[in-house]
Amino acid sequence: MNKLQIIINGILKENPVFVLLLGMCPTLGTTTSALNGFGMGAATTVVLMCSNTVISLVKRLIPDMVRIPSFIVIIATFVTVLEMLMKAYVPSLYASLGLFIPLIVVNCIVLGRAESFAAKNSVSSSFCDGLGIGLGFTLALTLLGATREILGSGKLFGFSLWSEDYGILAFVLAPGAFIALAYLIVIVNKLTKKA
Amino acid sequence: MKKLESTLPNMVIVLTTVALVSAGLLGLMQQLTKDPIALIEKQTLENGIKSVMLDGQDAQLSVANEEVIEKNIDGDNYTFTVYSASVDGKPIGRAVKTAVNGFSPDLTVLVGFDNDGNIKGYEILKHAETPGLGAKADSWFKKGQKGDIIGKNPGTNNLTVSKDGGEVDAITASTITSRAFLKAVNAEYKAIFDGAKSASQDAISGATKVSTPSDSTSVAPADSVAVQ
Repeated sequence: MNKLQIIINGILKENPVFVLLLGMCPTLGTTTSALNGFGMGAATTVVLMCSNTVISLVKRLIPDMVRIPSFIVIIATFVTVLEMLMKAYVPSLYASLGLFIPLIVVNCIVLGRAESFAAKNSVSSSFCDGLGIGLGFTLALTLLGATREILGSGKLFGFSLWSEDYGILAFVLAPGAFIALAYLIVIVNKLTKKA
Repeated sequence: MKKLESTLPNMVIVLTTVALVSAGLLGLMQQLTKDPIALIEKQTLENGIKSVMLDGQDAQLSVANEEVIEKNIDGDNYTFTVYSASVDGKPIGRAVKTAVNGFSPDLTVLVGFDNDGNIKGYEILKHAETPGLGAKADSWFKKGQKGDIIGKNPGTNNLTVSKDGGEVDAITASTITSRAFLKAVNAEYKAIFDGAKSASQDAISGATKVSTPSDSTSVAPADSVAVQ
């Protein structure tokens, strides 16, 4: 598999949200608006690329029986570094996502890719896999966020499309997240099965 | 290179190394980001005080006399931070910061009061309310918005949501956030105008309403000094 294929694989064939159904907690929790979904996706992408690369680098130095705790410590370190950087240099993004950043540590996508891909493949392939899966996650979260934002508050990326009074409140809240996600998965499955 | 065997010494060494390297990296990052983070927090507070005290006017604001008051109001314990603001050496009022529990904990509200206890402005400094619902509190209660509280006086106006018999429209579908926000505003008022509050309330119930504003104006500054 060449590098481009690995990236595309992460976005389409193994899209973490629409196909693997991994990382549902941040998916449902942070997608109240398209921008929040995008921010969460971007933060996860950075962590995925860093953790995949480093884990692939040290995979031979880590005995099998302690690999999970080692991976978790590595991932948690990157997440905390990212959190501090965001707090210091992009405070506005931190203000809206701050609560969810620590959750990236226990996001099963990150640990899942470390375990199933980075621990078995070369450094460059692992980096590409992190990028691909991260982009797939970002795409899915942005789509879901946009759907919920349009239906729930009549806005897209903060721009008003129509009066907020016509928004369906349920889509801003948790039930709407489940409904919107289910319909998006149906659409994605329909499109990919045909191709 | 062959993969390391899972022997006890190997595992102990690897886990310790991983933990030490991570801790070192985190310590380094914490040192690097400490100053920018502190600077941003200071700026947010300064901008907040400016915006709640000046209402968009361009004036040289000096903030002095930061003091922390801990108080029990209506059965709840609060910690207030009070900033005295003045323009050209003339005191124009005080800004009070406190945190309450909204829909999520740590709804931090900064409210600016003039010398008579009228609300000049407010800012939400920190919150974790639901985006699209409770998060609207950062503009909902501002001038010209549906729940406008600017210019009102918690001592004479009943600043609770209309559902509880008050005169403020709650944020649509976010009564809990609205209640928490107004609770913070009322508590902050009581923190710096404690004596004046009961005096003006007596004025409402006892005397005619017309006399109330002048009454509270004369009482408020004197009492507030006593609090300090």
